[in-house]
Amino acid sequence: MSTSVADRKSKGLIWFTTSFVVLWVFIAAGPFLWTVWGSFKVQPDFFSKSDWTNAIYGVMTKAETGSAFTGAGYYGAWVEQEFWRNSINTAIVVFFTVLISLTLGTLGGYALARSGYRYAFWLLMIALVFRAMPHATLVSGYLLPFFEWNIWGRLSTTIIVLVAINQPFTLWMLHSFFLNIPKDMDESAMVDGCTRFQAFRYVIIPVMWPGVITTGLFSFLLAYNDFTIGAVLLNSENQTMVPKIASFLGTVRETGDVMFAVAAAVSALVPLFFLILFFQRQIVSGLTAGAVKG
Amino acid sequence: MSFMKSFAIGTVATLMATAAFAECEIASGNVNVLANDFPALKAVTAAAAECTGGVTVSANHNKDFRNITVQALTANPAEYTAVVVANSSIVPLLNEGLLRPLDDLVAKHGQGLSKNQLITIDGKIMAIAFMANAQHLFVRQDVLDQIGKPVPATWEEVVETGKAIKDAGIMDHPFAFLSMSDWNLGEEFVNMYLGHGGEFFKPGTAEPAINNETGVATLNMMKDLVSLSNPDFLTYNTATVVPIWKSGDLAIAQLWGSSGGELLAGEGAAEGVAENTVLASAPTVAGGDTPASTLWWDGFTIAKNISDEDAEATFIAMMNGISPAMVEANNDAAVWLMDAYNPGPAATGVAATATGGAEPYPMLPYMGLLHQAFFEELPDFLQGNESAEQTLADIEAAYIAAAKEAGYL
Amino acid sequence: MKHRTFFWFILPSLAAMILFIALPTVSVAIQSLFVEHEQVMVEVENCGPFKCETVLQVDNEATAALQEDAPLGRFNGLGTYTNRKHLAFEQVGVAWNETESLGAFLSELLNLPFYKALIFTLTFTFVVTPFVIVLGLGVALAVNTVPRLFKGPTIFVSLLPMIVTPLVGALIIFWMVDADGVIGATLQRIFNNPNLSLKASMPLTWIMLIVYGIWSSTPFSFIVFYAGLQTVPKETLEAAKIDGASRWQAIRYVVVPYMMPLVVFITLMQLMDNFRVLEPIVAFQASAKATSLSWIIYNDLRGGDIPQFGSAGATSILTIIGVAILLTPVLIRTWRDFNRKRA
Repeated sequence: MSTSVADRKSKGLIWFTTSFVVLWVFIAAGPFLWTVWGSFKVQPDFFSKSDWTNAIYGVMTKAETGSAFTGAGYYGAWVEQEFWRNSINTAIVVFFTVLISLTLGTLGGYALARSGYRYAFWLLMIALVFRAMPHATLVSGYLLPFFEWNIWGRLSTTIIVLVAINQPFTLWMLHSFFLNIPKDMDESAMVDGCTRFQAFRYVIIPVMWPGVITTGLFSFLLAYNDFTIGAVLLNSENQTMVPKIASFLGTVRETGDVMFAVAAAVSALVPLFFLILFFQRQIVSGLTAGAVKG
Repeated sequence: MSFMKSFAIGTVATLMATAAFAECEIASGNVNVLANDFPALKAVTAAAAECTGGVTVSANHNKDFRNITVQALTANPAEYTAVVVANSSIVPLLNEGLLRPLDDLVAKHGQGLSKNQLITIDGKIMAIAFMANAQHLFVRQDVLDQIGKPVPATWEEVVETGKAIKDAGIMDHPFAFLSMSDWNLGEEFVNMYLGHGGEFFKPGTAEPAINNETGVATLNMMKDLVSLSNPDFLTYNTATVVPIWKSGDLAIAQLWGSSGGELLAGEGAAEGVAENTVLASAPTVAGGDTPASTLWWDGFTIAKNISDEDAEATFIAMMNGISPAMVEANNDAAVWLMDAYNPGPAATGVAATATGGAEPYPMLPYMGLLHQAFFEELPDFLQGNESAEQTLADIEAAYIAAAKEAGYL
Repeated sequence: MKHRTFFWFILPSLAAMILFIALPTVSVAIQSLFVEHEQVMVEVENCGPFKCETVLQVDNEATAALQEDAPLGRFNGLGTYTNRKHLAFEQVGVAWNETESLGAFLSELLNLPFYKALIFTLTFTFVVTPFVIVLGLGVALAVNTVPRLFKGPTIFVSLLPMIVTPLVGALIIFWMVDADGVIGATLQRIFNNPNLSLKASMPLTWIMLIVYGIWSSTPFSFIVFYAGLQTVPKETLEAAKIDGASRWQAIRYVVVPYMMPLVVFITLMQLMDNFRVLEPIVAFQASAKATSLSWIIYNDLRGGDIPQFGSAGATSILTIIGVAILLTPVLIRTWRDFNRKRA
């Protein structure tokens, strides 16, 4: 593109876009840099009532610990409160939620994209409208049957619920992605004597990864950040990270350990950091292939 | 089993590993406790998990435990054998009849219990209380000395003292209470209304009776108080106010007694704050003679839908959980109701409020609905958007709609 | 695709959705037509650590007997939907008859919880959604011009507001906008008003919630648009430029139309998610100034000691109807596309 004469940007435009990006980066990242920095302070500094600059210089941190930085929040969360147990639980929940979501979603999304009958459209629409059901109401409805069947509190139950709740979104995204894979590909395979499933297995699966990975990222984020479902459906042994972080924040009658929550939240970002860096290329190329062209 | 146990005990147990507990042997049974998530309750369940023998003891601490108790105990067999509740959270379980009367177990294993720990309903023991809590006044002695006023004994004096502090230019917003527009704000109304000697319901019915002069007086007192509080008062809960107190920006506050230990210890507090923090009884109001506060207890209950064997094992384990040894090891973690408790300075406010004759929080089946109507409608009045009478009428209308749905009216 | 093949392909996904979304939704809808049995009350003496008193208590046996006869409760028709906590027909009628001016009527209307919540929900939805789309497109266009070396990190940073747990993200920002926090204190200095507090004024709270909503949703639309930009055919763009189109015109007449399907997708998801706004209200402790339909549901279920399932169910069904209405234009468009593709 840069070869085109008409494409040469004016100085003003370069200035404008550059400063816009810088401003956006500042707005997007500012609160997190602030949080990461503050997670190494004590609570009276990070949540200072006297002077917010204390969060930067760590006045109280110095007075309490002798140094401007302290790992007390991290120590408290990971060692005292055994946050690693929760991160293992989250890892299990996230892994299986993404895996099952995508398996079901790919099959269903492929069928919806290739059906061509009206009912496929209505199915998609009804799924979309059901997605509007507030999670809090759904979860309250699950409780009694889950207790009666004795499946409450287990990771597997939560995984299935998360998969189900995320299906409408997954189906919608994957269906639009499959629409963009030319019909001829699998249909010619079927002319050659493949069954529908074989065509799917040998022709579609090899080319669908970009879209699947992108959808998977959204499933991942849903399961990773879920609070409403995990907080009510898991017992403390199986608790995932976000409900645990919420429990650091205290109850009506007790103050909590806010710095544990901050440290835990920063730690919870680390795997996401690597994940995004690792998948960044796939996300973009996945969407490029048209995952969301509805 | 050993894994379950070590998990349930968690960190509290490692801290207390040195404390020697009385022997607790239970041959068999399954004990599973559901409780709120704060240190005093963890100490209790950890001590319960000390029991040995064929029994399995585990505990689930969850701050959202209220959301699952009814369903968890409705299942048969119940998911949990015991639930640690307070005056208000026991109500839904009683309404549904999910709790087991404890008279036989108390007769058999409850020798160490004192009379006031037994929560009896219609003559049957339904819960064993083990700790108490109440909101009461916290004051800064040094600030009061500066303006030459004593510790306020009435809410009118609180207003007067607060104004004096403001006028002296010491603080702009000298007062705070837990006025966040959720359950907290409803609790403040309940406290103040009871302090005015009000009745919430028409006698013998579930019909509300708050749209009256007492209600108006209560609202006006609350408005006087919020005018001394920071304009952000509708976001003030324990987690917000305690740090402000520590930073030295408050002179008078009404907080839970359970914050006392932390504020007196003064970790992370500005210089001179902890030393000058004084815990006093909740004040009286409008010439009444009982403190405008409600008394709360926490106690354990045992599920109905479990086997007798499990119920007995649970009772024995929980009795070990509230044993004298546990109290000695965690004396300052709470205001315990057991004889072994040795009240420390952090308990003075709760003790003064209780001996002053404050009312217990009403354990009525429909109180929760009214409480909710309070905090849904009060912010309009406190922000000056509508009159006291209109707000009281709104509260009654909101309550009636909810109570009709729930079948109380 | 044959019906039978379609069925087997969709079955696992459909089963999960029917079991965990459709059935609960239907049961919620049915339950919302019933109210609980009349509670049989008896007077009993209760004793606690503090004192004994005579109070009313639910008579479990008598109530259980009623429960046995009709497990769903008493049929109430649409009574729950029309009571004061929901559509409040009676109160609205009274207000309509008794108020003189439209303003007085509106203020009466806003005193009713459902309408109060609806106003904020709609404001939030209709302000946040367009901003998210425009800002997301803007960021995507700008990031697209960033030199290759910085692109990766910029994309990562741009995704941050979306990937951090809303619970903690909102908590930190809530603290930053506190009167003593970094943003709050800076605003006080800018406006030279030491009493300025974002948490104490209703308009400022609304603005704060909306800004947070835009901030946390922009990454979603950004990443979708950014990817879409990669697919815009270069030939078309260059042809437009050779024809003398300015950069702005190229975007307006080439890029934007090409991105329309993406705009539809984002609009759909954003309308839906913004209509269900809840987390910011809870995390910003803003329920005194702003409530949403989802907040009402949350409050019915979690706010007090006694969950109000019937009421929450009715509000949930109303929310679904609201979403369906909002989505109708988008759905019609998709329906046309679908039919065109079939043809």
